[in-house]
Amino acid sequence: MGINRRGFFKLLGVAGATLAIGNETNASPQGKSDVEFYGILYDASRCKGCRGCEYDCEEAHNLPEPLPSNKIAAIRKTNETCNTVVNTYNTTKGKVFVKRQCMHCNEPACVAACLTKAMHKTKMGPVTWDGNKCMGCRYCMVSCPWDMPKFEYHSANPKIQKCDMCFSRLKTGDSPACAFNCPNEALLYGKRRDLIKEAHRRIFEKPDLYFDHVYGEHEAGGTGWLYVSPVPFEQLGMNTSLQQSSYPALTKGFLYSVPSVFVLVPALLLGIQQATKKDSLNNDKEDE
Amino acid sequence: MNNNNPVPADYDGKSIWKFLVSEFKPKGKFLTPFNVISIPIMILGVVLIIFRFWKGIGSITNLTQEIPWGLWIGFDVVTGVAFAGGAYVITFMVYILNMHKYHSIVRITVLNGFLAYVFYAGALLLDLGRPWHVINPVIGNSFGTSSVLFLVAWHFLLYMIAQLIEFSPVIAEWLGARRARKILSGMTVAAVIFGITLSTLHQSGLGALYLMAKDKIHPLWYSEFIPIMFFVSSIFAGLSMVIFEGSISHKVFFSQISEKNHKAQRGIIHGLAKICAGAMFAYFFLQMLVFIHGQRWELLNTGMGYWFLLEMLGFVMLPMMLFVYSYRRNNLLLIRVAAILTMLGVILNRLNVTVIGFRWDMAIRYVPSWMEVVVTLTVIFTEIWIFRWVINRMPVLRDAPSWTNDQQ
Repeated sequence: MGINRRGFFKLLGVAGATLAIGNETNASPQGKSDVEFYGILYDASRCKGCRGCEYDCEEAHNLPEPLPSNKIAAIRKTNETCNTVVNTYNTTKGKVFVKRQCMHCNEPACVAACLTKAMHKTKMGPVTWDGNKCMGCRYCMVSCPWDMPKFEYHSANPKIQKCDMCFSRLKTGDSPACAFNCPNEALLYGKRRDLIKEAHRRIFEKPDLYFDHVYGEHEAGGTGWLYVSPVPFEQLGMNTSLQQSSYPALTKGFLYSVPSVFVLVPALLLGIQQATKKDSLNNDKEDE
Repeated sequence: MNNNNPVPADYDGKSIWKFLVSEFKPKGKFLTPFNVISIPIMILGVVLIIFRFWKGIGSITNLTQEIPWGLWIGFDVVTGVAFAGGAYVITFMVYILNMHKYHSIVRITVLNGFLAYVFYAGALLLDLGRPWHVINPVIGNSFGTSSVLFLVAWHFLLYMIAQLIEFSPVIAEWLGARRARKILSGMTVAAVIFGITLSTLHQSGLGALYLMAKDKIHPLWYSEFIPIMFFVSSIFAGLSMVIFEGSISHKVFFSQISEKNHKAQRGIIHGLAKICAGAMFAYFFLQMLVFIHGQRWELLNTGMGYWFLLEMLGFVMLPMMLFVYSYRRNNLLLIRVAAILTMLGVILNRLNVTVIGFRWDMAIRYVPSWMEVVVTLTVIFTEIWIFRWVINRMPVLRDAPSWTNDQQ
C-alpha cells in the first residue's frame, strides 16, 4: 500500500490545517457597487496659492504651524509634520499651483499592504490610520505609488502621518477643513461619482482653459482626490506614468496561488515520500 | 568518539539542572580571533540598539520617507532568509526523496536554518517602529489577510516551529530524554512536509512583497516574476551556504566529526554542486526569458544595465559554469570558490531589488549608515555564537548517542 491509515491521517491533518490558514490569506474586496465614496475635486485653474488649506489642515490635526511663504521652497513634499503642501510650478501657462496630499485611492496599495489593518479604507472614502493596530513596519510606505504615508523616524513611539480627509469631521457631517475654508472654491467636496461629472463638465464648457484629463479618475485604479488643471499634469510634478489599474491587483495572483499551493504541495510531497520509501513495498528486494 | 562530553546521568530533576548549569558555562579557549573581533562589535551593537529604541529609528539609520526599508530588511531579512533556504532543500532530499547520502548534513543545515530565521526575523523587530504591536497580526484582532507581509509573517512563525520540531530530537538526545526523542522523531516527516510547503511560499513571498513597488524598482529587476525568481534562487543560495558553512565547520569542529562522515563530505559537496548548477541554469534561463520578453535591450547600455550584466554574467553564469567544470574535474576547491561567488551573486541580487535598484532614480541615494552595518554585524555574530554553543554541546555534527540506535 502506498498510503496506510496513519499516512492518510497525517495528510489529512496537514492539508486541513493549511487549508484553514491558506484560505484566510485569500481575502477579496467586498462588494464595491453599493459603496459611494466621497472625494475632493481640486481645480488648479482656481487655486491662487494662498496656502490657507495648509493652515486649516494644521489646525484640524494639531500639527506645527506651516512656515510663511517667503521662507519655503516653491516645491515641497509632505512630511511627518505636515499633511498637505501647495507647490508652485512655472508652466507653459505661467504660474500654476498644485495642492498635494494623500490621494485616498479606491483600492489603496497601503491598505492591501497593511498586515494589521491599521490602514483602513472607510466606507465613506477616506483612508485612515489606527495607531492601536500599526506595528510600524512601513510596508504601506513601500507600496504607496505616491509616497504619502510619512513615518516619524525620530520618535520612540512613531506614528504614520498622512491626510485622513478629516475623517472625524466627515463623521459629524462636516466637510474636510481645507475644502470647507478654501476662499477660491478650488476645492470641492462631494460624492466621487458627482465630482467626476463636475470635472468633465468644467473641461467640456471651457476646453481652452483646461487640459483634457481628470487626474485621479483612472490613475492607480481611481482615487478620491481628483485634479483638473490648465496644463498637462507632468508640468505640475504629478506622476503620469502610473498604471491605470489598482495596485493591490499586482499581488492578487500571488495571494490567490497560496491556497492551491497549500493543498497540492503537501499532497505531492507525501506521495513522493511514500513512493521513494525503501520498505514501502514488500517486493522491494526483487525490484532491485 | 565523544565520551568526554557530560551526559545527564539519570532523570531526577536535580542532576538535570546541574547538567544544564554546567552546559551553560563557556567551553574552550576564550581569546580566539573570532571572539576578539566579534565581542567589541556586539557590545557596540547593543548600545546602538538601546539608542534606537530610545530615540527612534531615524537616530541610527539613514532611512527616509521615500526609502523606508534599507539594509536591515534588504540584507538581514530578505538575503538572510534566502541563505536559510538550504534547510528546506536538504530536508526535501533526505526525508522526501529518501536520499540517505545527505543524511549526515541534515542536522547542521536545519540548525543553521532555524537560527537564521530566529535572528533574521528577529532583526525585523529592530526595524519595526511599534514592535509592541507585532502580536497584532497573530492574535487575530486585526488580520490583514490581503497583505503579502501578513503571509510572510505567519510563515516565518510557523516555519520556525516546524524547524524546531525537525531539530528537537537533537535536543532530546542532548538531554538524554529517550521517550521524548522517540515522540519527536515521529513528527519529523510531517514537520518536513509542512516546512517545505511554507518555504516555497515565503521564499517567493519575500519577492512578492515588492510587487506593489512597481514604479520604484529599476525595470531590469522588476517583473511580475520576482516571486518565482526569489524561490528558484533560494535553492542555490541555500545550497551554496551549505557548501560554504560545511567547509568551515569541517575545519573548525574537526574533532567532532566521525571519520565516516568526513569521507562522505566530498561526495555530498559534489552532489550539491550538481544541484546548484542545475538550479542556476533554470534561474538564468528564467531571467533571460523575462529580459527578452520584456524587451529591455535599450536599458542595457546604461550604468544600471552594466550592473545588471555584472550580476547575471559574473555572479550567475560564471559560478554556474564553475560548478559544472569543478564537478566534472572533481575539484573541491573550485566548488567552494563557485559557492562563494554564488553567495555574492545572491547578496547582489537581493540588494539590487531591495536597496540599490529601489528608487534608483532619486537624486539622494540611500547608503546605510555605519551604525546600521554594526547592528547587522551584531545580529550575524550573535547567531554564530549561538550556533557554536549548540554545536559544542548537542550531537549536531558528531554522531548521535549510542542509545538512539535501539529506537530506530
